[in-house]
Amino acid sequence: MSDFWSWFIIVIVVINLLGCGGLLLWNNQISAEEAAKETTGHSFDGIQERNAPLPRWWLFLFIGTLIFSAVYLVLYPGFGKFDGVLGWTSDNQYQKEVAVMEKSTGPLFEQYGQVAIEELVEYPEALAVGGRLFANNCAICHGSDARGAKGYPNLADDDWLYGGEPDQIVTSITKGRKAAMPPMAAAIGNTDEAVRDMALYVQSLSRPDLAKDSQKAAAIERAKPKFAMCAACHGQDAKGNIMMGAPDLTDTTWLYGPRVEDIEYTIRHGRSGHMPPHENLLSKERIHVIAAYVYSLSRNADTAE
Amino acid sequence: MSNAHEVVEKNVGLMIVLTLIAVSFGGLAEIVPLFWQKATTEPLETLEPYTALEMEGRDIYIREGCHVCHTQMVRPLRAETERFGVYSVAGEDVWEHPFLWGSKRTGPDLARVGLRPITEQWHREHLRDPRQVVPESNMPAYPWLQETPVDWDLTERKLLVFKNAFGVPYTDEDIAEQMSKVNGEWANATEEDALVAYLLSLGQERKEAVQ
Repeated sequence: MSDFWSWFIIVIVVINLLGCGGLLLWNNQISAEEAAKETTGHSFDGIQERNAPLPRWWLFLFIGTLIFSAVYLVLYPGFGKFDGVLGWTSDNQYQKEVAVMEKSTGPLFEQYGQVAIEELVEYPEALAVGGRLFANNCAICHGSDARGAKGYPNLADDDWLYGGEPDQIVTSITKGRKAAMPPMAAAIGNTDEAVRDMALYVQSLSRPDLAKDSQKAAAIERAKPKFAMCAACHGQDAKGNIMMGAPDLTDTTWLYGPRVEDIEYTIRHGRSGHMPPHENLLSKERIHVIAAYVYSLSRNADTAE
Repeated sequence: MSNAHEVVEKNVGLMIVLTLIAVSFGGLAEIVPLFWQKATTEPLETLEPYTALEMEGRDIYIREGCHVCHTQMVRPLRAETERFGVYSVAGEDVWEHPFLWGSKRTGPDLARVGLRPITEQWHREHLRDPRQVVPESNMPAYPWLQETPVDWDLTERKLLVFKNAFGVPYTDEDIAEQMSKVNGEWANATEEDALVAYLLSLGQERKEAVQ
């Protein structure tokens, strides 16, 4: 702030304070003749306006605000360039708040960081912290109950695209994951029929009952040899591959929907699920605690079954 | 006339003048000096002017009233920086006309939304149907944005107004380049494309501060 603006503010503030004080003094000096009057002489429909001075309590409050403002300007910034004797700024108040929190949570995170994730799931407090961090950072895509949404994996079941071991979960959070299923229609024949056949075949992997319908059975037989194109990622047995995040097609978990239409869409257009990396946003210890929370969810799924 | 204050009370013209002087003090001391402070008039070094697509996205953001429920102002409070990212400073908004700080925090603050680990695909799905991805959300859906092409008629004038009237440092070449993109790769862009581009641009000037 330049000297000019500093003085500009100081002068206005001083005029303001002196003006308020002067106004009070000025109003205090009433002639004896005036003070002796009972009313101001105003009369409206017989109602008279009494000539009373400012109530004392109000006057003292006014004086109090003047004193308060003077004290405030000594303690806090406001008087031009003067920083105030307390040296307060909104930034250092913020830094203090962060430091206080860091002081109480820092050792806690450090302690949790030293406990293996398999063991950390036995610490209810750590899981509560993990749950809050999850709500703040992960729930936007995976849902507040961690059950995911279409295109965003359910983390509360025991089915994993990239593996459900603690270090695999930590890697998923830290480095992110990028799946890339290419459009496959051209590779499997490029006709509507070929795509529909393949969708039925994929659906039949988890629903053997489809083969009871003779029409569907024929379609499934037609598509079967072409699945070799898919096996590169999903595996010969269609059990998926956690190296690439290729889903297991034989289970009943469907990231993009279980209907034939959904599967057809996937075959035609491909899918590219993308989990962004969090290493620049969250400390190692926090990722550790979140991973423990996520790991605990699937363990609960285990015991529930 | 035995009372001095009667002079003021019985001269309406004088009373108006004195009232105006009294009420202008706060503004003169607290607001006017800001017009000449570097912190409020100089853009951050990392600040980039909007592209034509982001500029149109911003206008869609205003048109749809996003700023009525979403602020773009992270306050210096730990609870907010923990959730959204580094707190806002004036230098980020020097080229904002009008600024979109907002005051009603129904939805999350968006000042750093471009730095959040959220994919472009998520933004699209969320705009089309917020409850598809966030079941608890009470945000309205904006499904028509994906079908409505961006109206580019006034884009060049907007860029010129920002350059000439607001002092945003677009050069003539910048504007020519933006307009060639408007006629090229963005010719068929939808309003959703523009809005998502705008959202992803938010907070980029503070990228370094976050990491």
